[in-house]
Amino acid sequence: MSPDRVIALEPAAALTLDRLAKRFAGQTVVDEVNLEVRPGEMIVLLGPSGCGKTTTLRMIAGFLPPSGGDIRLNGSSIAALPPYRRDIGIVFQSYALFPHLDVARNIAFGLEMRRIGGAEIAARVAEMLQLVKLEPFADRLPRQLSGGQQQRVALARALAFHPQLLLLDEPLSNLDAALRQGMAREIRLLQRRGGITSIMVTHDQHEAMAMADRLVVMRDGKVQQIGAPEDVHARPANSFVARFIGGSNILSGQLEDGAWLRVADGCVIPLAGRYRASGPATLAVRPDSIRLSAPGAPTARVTGEVELCTYLGSAVEHVVRIEPELTLLARGPGSGPDTTPRLPAGSRVALHWAVEDERLFDADDRAVAADPAVPIAQRGTDQ
Amino acid sequence: MLASGLSGMERGMASVLARAPRRISIPAWRLVAGAERAGVQALVFIGIALIFVPLLLTLFLSVFDEKLILFPPHGYTAAWYGAILPNFGAAIATSLELGAVAVAGSLALGVPAGIALSRYRFRGKGAIGTLLLAPLTVPGIALGLAVFVFLVAIDETLGSALTGSFAGLALAHVTITTPWVVRLCLASLVNHDRTAEDAAASLGARPLAVLWRVTLPAMRAGIVAGGLFAFVISFENLELAWFLTSPGVTTLPVAVLLYLEYHVDPLIAAVAVAQMVGIGALLLTLDRFVRLGRVAL
Repeated sequence: MSPDRVIALEPAAALTLDRLAKRFAGQTVVDEVNLEVRPGEMIVLLGPSGCGKTTTLRMIAGFLPPSGGDIRLNGSSIAALPPYRRDIGIVFQSYALFPHLDVARNIAFGLEMRRIGGAEIAARVAEMLQLVKLEPFADRLPRQLSGGQQQRVALARALAFHPQLLLLDEPLSNLDAALRQGMAREIRLLQRRGGITSIMVTHDQHEAMAMADRLVVMRDGKVQQIGAPEDVHARPANSFVARFIGGSNILSGQLEDGAWLRVADGCVIPLAGRYRASGPATLAVRPDSIRLSAPGAPTARVTGEVELCTYLGSAVEHVVRIEPELTLLARGPGSGPDTTPRLPAGSRVALHWAVEDERLFDADDRAVAADPAVPIAQRGTDQ
Repeated sequence: MLASGLSGMERGMASVLARAPRRISIPAWRLVAGAERAGVQALVFIGIALIFVPLLLTLFLSVFDEKLILFPPHGYTAAWYGAILPNFGAAIATSLELGAVAVAGSLALGVPAGIALSRYRFRGKGAIGTLLLAPLTVPGIALGLAVFVFLVAIDETLGSALTGSFAGLALAHVTITTPWVVRLCLASLVNHDRTAEDAAASLGARPLAVLWRVTLPAMRAGIVAGGLFAFVISFENLELAWFLTSPGVTTLPVAVLLYLEYHVDPLIAAVAVAQMVGIGALLLTLDRFVRLGRVAL
C-alpha cells in the first residue's frame, strides 16, 4: 500500500473565507478577511502575535463563532456547524494528545467517533503508524514519547479520518530547533502526497516560506498581502511586509523630484530608480541586496561608518551608521567566491543597491513602481 | 626596617589567629550538622511513635481475654472479633449504606461543580466556590446541631419525617463530603490541557463524548480520591450522626459511643482494629489503580 493512497481518497476541498470577522468586546481582532484556498493547497497565515491569525484558524475549526462573514467548504457554509460536524483535522502547538490513551487509540479516536468498524480502524491505524514511521510505538502512552514523536502522532490522528481540511496551529513551535526543519519537511511531504488542503499558522517567517504554496501576511486583523513566498519576498506590498519578510532596512522621509529621499536634515539619499510621486515616502532595501565598497565609488547610494561586523558562518553582517539616528544593515556571503570582506568598526564605506532591489512606498504605504521615463532632475550637491 | 618586621610579625600572628579558629570550626560545623540530623531523626521517630503506639496498643487490647481492661491480661483470645457482628452488625450496615450514598451524592454534586469552577467564569462563581468549601471550616458539632434544627423546621413545615431518618442523615453527610470531592476534582484539573478537548471535538466527538472520553479520564485520580475521602469521612463521622440518628438508624461511631457508656471491654478495640484494617485495605486496593499520591490536596 503506497502512502499516496492513504490520504488522497477523496478529491481535495476548496475553502473560502468571505469577509470573515471577529470582534471581542468592541475590539476588532479579525477584520474582513477574504481568502480563496484552492484544493490541495498549503496556505500559511503569517504575522506577529496578536495579528489575528490564530483567531482566524479557530473560527475555521469551529471553536469560535465569527462576528461577521462566512466560511465555505466546497461552496457550502460551515460557519454555523459545531466543530464535531466540520470534518477538519487539527494539529495543535501543544500536541493535545489524550494522555490516558496509547498511540494507536489516539490515532483511532476520530475513526471511533465515526463508528467505523473495528477491523477497518485497525487497518487504518496501521497505515497511519507506517506513514509517520511510528509502528514500534503503537502501545506507548504519549508521555513516553519525545516531542517530535508526539507531534507525528498528532498529525496521524488528524489525518486518519480523511478530513476535508487540515489545520496546523504553530505545529513546530514546541520542537527543538534541530527537529523543526525535519518535521517541517515531513509535514510538507505528507500534505503534498495526500493533496490535502491545509492551512498553517505561524509567526516564523522561515517556517512559513518553507511550507507555503501561498503566504497570507496579517497584521492587526487585516490581510496585508497574499502571494507565493517568492512574490511576497521580492515584491512586498507595503513597508510592514517588507520589514516582516526578509527584515528589510526601512527609511522614511520626503521624496524629492522622484529621485531623492530626504531622510533627515542634511541627509538625502539618491534612489536607484525614478518615481512618479512626491511627499512622504518609505524606502525598503533588504540587507542581502546591499553591497559595500570603498567610499567614493560613483554608484554609491550613501556612505557611512561601520559600527559592528558580525560573522555568522554562512553570512557576514555589517551595521553601518549613516546618520546619528540612522543605521543600515548589510549582509553578504560568509564563504564562497563572493565572500564579503569583514571590515573593522570605524571604516568608512559606501553602500550600493540596484533598482530592482529597491522598494518605495507612498504616503498611504502602497508600493510605487520605478519609472525610467521620469526625467532626471538636476540637483545641487547638498548631501 | 623595624616597622616592617613588626608588621610582618603582626601579619603572622593574625594569620595564626585566623587559622586557629578555622581549624576548630570545621569539625564544629560538622558536629552541629550531625546534631541537627540526629535531632531531626529523633523528631521523626517521636512522630511515628505518637501515631503508631496507640494503634499498636489498640491491637494489643483487642486480644485481651478479659471482661474489663486489666493489665496485665490473664490470657489472649480472638473472640472479641467474633463478637463484632452480633453487637454492631446493624450499625456497620447502616454506616456502609450511608457511606455509599455519601460517595454517590457527593460525586454527583462535586464532579460537575469541580469542572464548572475550573473552567467557566460566571456571576457568583466566588460565592459558589466558598459555599461548596464552607462546611470544611465549620466545626462538626455546630454543623450537626444546625442540620438537626433545620431538619426539624422542615418537618414541622412540610409534615415530613426527615429528622432521625436515613434520608436526613444521608443529606447531612453529602453536605460534609462534597467539599472534599470538589477540592480534589479542582486539583486534578489544574494540569489538564483543554486543547485536548478541542482536539476531541475536531475529531468528531460531541460534547458528551468529550466529557466522557477526555475530561473525566483526565480527572480519574481526583474522582477516585474524592470518592474515597467521602467514604472515609462519612464512615467515621460522629458529630453529625450524634444529632441525626434515631433508635432505628444508628451508625457505627454512634453505636460504639453508646456501647462505651455501659461497657469498657476489648470489643471496642476489636472494632477499631477491624475498621482500620478495612479502610487500609480499601486505600491499598485503590492505590493500585490510581496513584492517589499524585493528587494534590
